[in-house]
Amino acid sequence: MTIDRRTLLKAVGAAPAAALPWSGARAQGAANTIKIGVLTDMSGTYRDIAGPTSAACVRQAVQDFGSRGGLTIEVVSADHQNKPDVGSNVARQWFDRDGVDMIVDVPTSSVGLAVAGVAREKNKAYVNSTSATADLTGSACSPNTVHWTYDTWMLAKSTGGAMVKAGGDTWFFVTADYAFGHALERDTANFVRAAGGKVNGQVRTPFPGTSDFSSFLVQAQASRAKVIGLANAGVDTINSIKQAAEFGLTRRGVKLAALLMFINDVHGLGLQAAQGLVCTETFYWDLNDRTRAFTNKVRGSLNGNMPAMSHAGCYAGTLHYLKAVADMGVAAAKASGAEAVARMKAMPTDDDCFGQGSIRPDGRKIHPAYLFEVKKPEESKGPWDYYKLLQTTAAEEAFRPVAEGGCALVRS
Amino acid sequence: MEDLFGIPAPLLFGQVLLGLINGAFYAMLSLGLAVIFGLLNIVNMAHGALFMMGAFVAWLLLDKLGLGYWWALLLSPFIVGAFGVLLEKLFISRLYKLDHLYGLLLTFGLALVIEGVFRNEFGSSGLPYRIPPELSGSWDLDFMFLPIYRAWVVIFALVACLATWLVIEKTRLGAYLRAATENAPLVQAFGVNVPRMVTLTYGAGVALAALGGVLAAPIYSVNPQMGSNLIIVVFAVVVIGGMGSILGAVLTGFGLGIVEGMTKVFYPEASATVIFVIMVIVLLARPAGLFGRA
Repeated sequence: MTIDRRTLLKAVGAAPAAALPWSGARAQGAANTIKIGVLTDMSGTYRDIAGPTSAACVRQAVQDFGSRGGLTIEVVSADHQNKPDVGSNVARQWFDRDGVDMIVDVPTSSVGLAVAGVAREKNKAYVNSTSATADLTGSACSPNTVHWTYDTWMLAKSTGGAMVKAGGDTWFFVTADYAFGHALERDTANFVRAAGGKVNGQVRTPFPGTSDFSSFLVQAQASRAKVIGLANAGVDTINSIKQAAEFGLTRRGVKLAALLMFINDVHGLGLQAAQGLVCTETFYWDLNDRTRAFTNKVRGSLNGNMPAMSHAGCYAGTLHYLKAVADMGVAAAKASGAEAVARMKAMPTDDDCFGQGSIRPDGRKIHPAYLFEVKKPEESKGPWDYYKLLQTTAAEEAFRPVAEGGCALVRS
Repeated sequence: MEDLFGIPAPLLFGQVLLGLINGAFYAMLSLGLAVIFGLLNIVNMAHGALFMMGAFVAWLLLDKLGLGYWWALLLSPFIVGAFGVLLEKLFISRLYKLDHLYGLLLTFGLALVIEGVFRNEFGSSGLPYRIPPELSGSWDLDFMFLPIYRAWVVIFALVACLATWLVIEKTRLGAYLRAATENAPLVQAFGVNVPRMVTLTYGAGVALAALGGVLAAPIYSVNPQMGSNLIIVVFAVVVIGGMGSILGAVLTGFGLGIVEGMTKVFYPEASATVIFVIMVIVLLARPAGLFGRA
């Protein structure tokens, strides 16, 4: 009895495609019903910084919005598996067949960009919270897109700028090899060079599927750069930081710049390994009374997870979209996603997570950016008490100026 | 500093060493797969999930019972191995008479279920597990910093691989096992309890995966995806080495680790693909794999 090698290989190759989790009701949207689709990573690296917690935050927004304007609101969710083709297929089905009016969340920049294209083509609203690429409001901006929470330019300026100011003037990048990593590396390198620093080199690591970064870290060390910029996210960042400590990089004075790190990553690393790292978020649960109130409200439905800025963006973006829909009328909002987004831009924003703010013509939501340092184990008062606030960048300064983004919507 | 192929020689040596370390994981996992395939004829797609369980059991032992790394190294393979025995008894044993694809589908389904359960319970960002104090620190080798723990992994994996090979090739038990794969009814006629032996073999293969998981816990983030990242590569290793060939699995595991390490220096973007390219070439030239019998 022997197995046919070809059969085995075919089956192994086909296996991932069989793993297509799915959720979502199939009814067409009724006239006064607004349907929101949470398109996210339910099963991969970004599950904890998006995933079920994003869906729970969207549901919280629906609950907090209440029955204003006589709206009936439905929420569906699906897993895009971090694959642009899967993401745009789900988006198409949702818009064409299931009557979804707005898509929210969408981590993974390559998927985020693909879905932006679909939303524009179908004229639906798109509130992206969790993709990082600044191209969503730059070269790929769209009248249907709002980019809520953060982007690569903002991270580069806040974290990268602070590192250069502290004397880290030579850099080496360990970059996740897809749209997000490239954008984050590009934006950070620009800041480093503008501040008189130098980029000694970079290495592009396959995404997803890289778990051993030691080889790349040793290359980074060989470049003699003072700072290793981690242009990656999620488990990739965790593994990089863990292994950098293992190989003694940090003990020999090399600084790590975790250009995108969420509180959930710090939790996964443990304070022992993460202490002293700096990172930038636009929301922290323990920032002020309003953020604590939001966290207390939503915490029970998160299965032990803590909301990060990405989740807060899903909450706030959904709430603001619903306010705009109530303001313009359901029929008009359903008829044109671009009109709904235009109304969102015209109205000032106000929510527990980000306070008061606004959305710029290029689709960029602006609010302050906070540079945090991860606490030492002895400084932390309990689980999830992880951040010390180092510096706040005002909303107007935190994001790339409209004129520099190259967005076609704002060209005169 | 001398250059080899435009790369400073010390950096190159470092990368060979790192490749060897990754190869140790490939070897341990593909060894378990080869044993299971060789003796049970089951393509065990659940192997990655069981590797992940090994790491999680280590974490749970520390977190819930306060038992550290050394206990985990001993207990985790037993616990996960027992779970493997249960899986074999309940599910897999029913498939021996059917086509291989059924075994593959079943174990793939089991892998998804196990990973899903852990993902639901523990999330995806992973859990912290520290290097045991006895093995922390590193040696300065001039051309690179070698963490003591990584050296330990290579040595331990080599010993485990060698021991498995010796048991199967040189002991009476191994002889029974090999005989049972050739002609089970005949071996049973001699009074050997073949079904029990097969069950325990599956348990042992699973225990090897769990052992790999414990070794990996301090290096990688302990998270539910850690096995699925590795399993496809490990399957390629087994196919290149020759299905069911134990020596082949071990040698190919270490060899491909080095090839992958080299790729990370010369063309990092391809480091996730290079093993599959080699697989294609090997299959074209030697369809039975490098060490397999056609």
